[in-house]
Amino acid sequence: MSGPTYNFAYLDEQTKRMIRRAILKAIAVPGYQVPFASREMPMPYGWGTGGVQVTAAILGPDDVLKVIDQGSDDTTNAVSIRKFFAKTAGVRTTTCTTEATVIQTRHRIPEAPLGEGQVLVYQVPIPEPLRFLEPRETETRRMHALAEYGLIHVKLYEDIARHGHIATTYAYPVQVDGRYVMDPSPTPKFDNPKMNDCAALQLFGAGREKRIYAIPPHTTVVSLDFDDHPFERYRFDAPCALCGATDSYLDEVITDDEGGRMFACSDTDYCEKRRATNRDDAVPGNGPGAPAMDAASR
Amino acid sequence: MTATAAPGFADPVLSAQSVFRAIMDATARPGSIQSIEGVASAPPPLSAGAAAIALTLLDQDTPVWLDACLAAVPECGDWLRFHTGAPIAADASRSAFAFVGSAAQLPQFDTFSLGTPEYPDRSTTLVFQVDGFSVGPPLALSGPGIRGRQVFRAAPLPADFAERLAANRAQFPCGVDVLLVCSNAVAALPRSVHVIAEGG
Repeated sequence: MSGPTYNFAYLDEQTKRMIRRAILKAIAVPGYQVPFASREMPMPYGWGTGGVQVTAAILGPDDVLKVIDQGSDDTTNAVSIRKFFAKTAGVRTTTCTTEATVIQTRHRIPEAPLGEGQVLVYQVPIPEPLRFLEPRETETRRMHALAEYGLIHVKLYEDIARHGHIATTYAYPVQVDGRYVMDPSPTPKFDNPKMNDCAALQLFGAGREKRIYAIPPHTTVVSLDFDDHPFERYRFDAPCALCGATDSYLDEVITDDEGGRMFACSDTDYCEKRRATNRDDAVPGNGPGAPAMDAASR
Repeated sequence: MTATAAPGFADPVLSAQSVFRAIMDATARPGSIQSIEGVASAPPPLSAGAAAIALTLLDQDTPVWLDACLAAVPECGDWLRFHTGAPIAADASRSAFAFVGSAAQLPQFDTFSLGTPEYPDRSTTLVFQVDGFSVGPPLALSGPGIRGRQVFRAAPLPADFAERLAANRAQFPCGVDVLLVCSNAVAALPRSVHVIAEGG
């Protein structure tokens, strides 16, 4: 075999041990951000270096890897990372959520419920939920130590004062097992309830910010809210234009320069599976303002 | 030092990965038993399973403390140093890992590093050798990683082990994390675990 050879899953063993120790501490203290010595990866910060390092540290030859970018298996980031591990670890890759044992994600949680044997690895840009409220790391660290989270409630309250409702739509803060407030990474808040009592282990890697944190399976994860302004999921009020799903998170897709648009499932695997099983169903519904879809377009 | 240290993992990369995944699954699901492939060549009284954990997690960055049972046999410390490069810590409170060979000698948890409220991750991980997971008084566990409740057994354990775990949990987020290991299986009791009752 010619060409460069890599250690299994790219990282050297000492780096993997360091990351593995951080992962174990992260699981033992759910929601707490464990500092780790993030390495330079052969991709720029912001492209998932944290998630890639976590995946590289846990991946084994028997794993089946799925990578999604905003729910999609076939965008640049997802394809690149999938190829990266296919090349450096030789693992089997898949786009099927239920087949995967390790799923690396950028900003979505798959629609299909995750199972006991699965690990969900999030790519996280800013792990600190208090960072935009308090820029000093020494202070945010102390606030976490004291469980002093009044400031983040004030932020949500200011949303209500300004907009009449909690206007935070993504990176919506959650409290893990009644203790640490955590940034779920910029997933849409539609996905927040899926983190609660999830059967899969959830690991979060922030490469640039050098933090790893975790939610063990079957852990209580509560989205912060108020009694009179309870947490609400949000989704566009339309069925998916491709598969007709009314329960999935939708992307708004601009189709022309005259205001035409359609809504389609963000989770491509979910959408494709539904279309494959529902071929005989009636014409899929279109969202408001959506152009007439070619029913056969797949 | 012995002339030649006994060998470690046959395949350092893939063995470490599979042992780590077992430890990770054990930590993520406290009280569950995960099988691992031990290192048969480990010098007794260091068990094959504890040796596998050492090769997976220790390196030059992790001071390791050995209890009297393990420290009494120089081959154990020599083997760990040779294969992992980990410095042997004389002071348990400055160790990243502590290997405990016998239940009777399990020190109180507060002799180890418990981390600080700002950095709870800077605490000692205890690796505690047991004979097996099928006997012993049942501990009923709940908490993160556990659906409902989980019954856990291991032997030998100190008589007041449940109280020690409860005291450890009371200090959350500080506290030690415990890995229990026999020759071919590992279980974890991270600091997040609640002991809800003790029967039998």
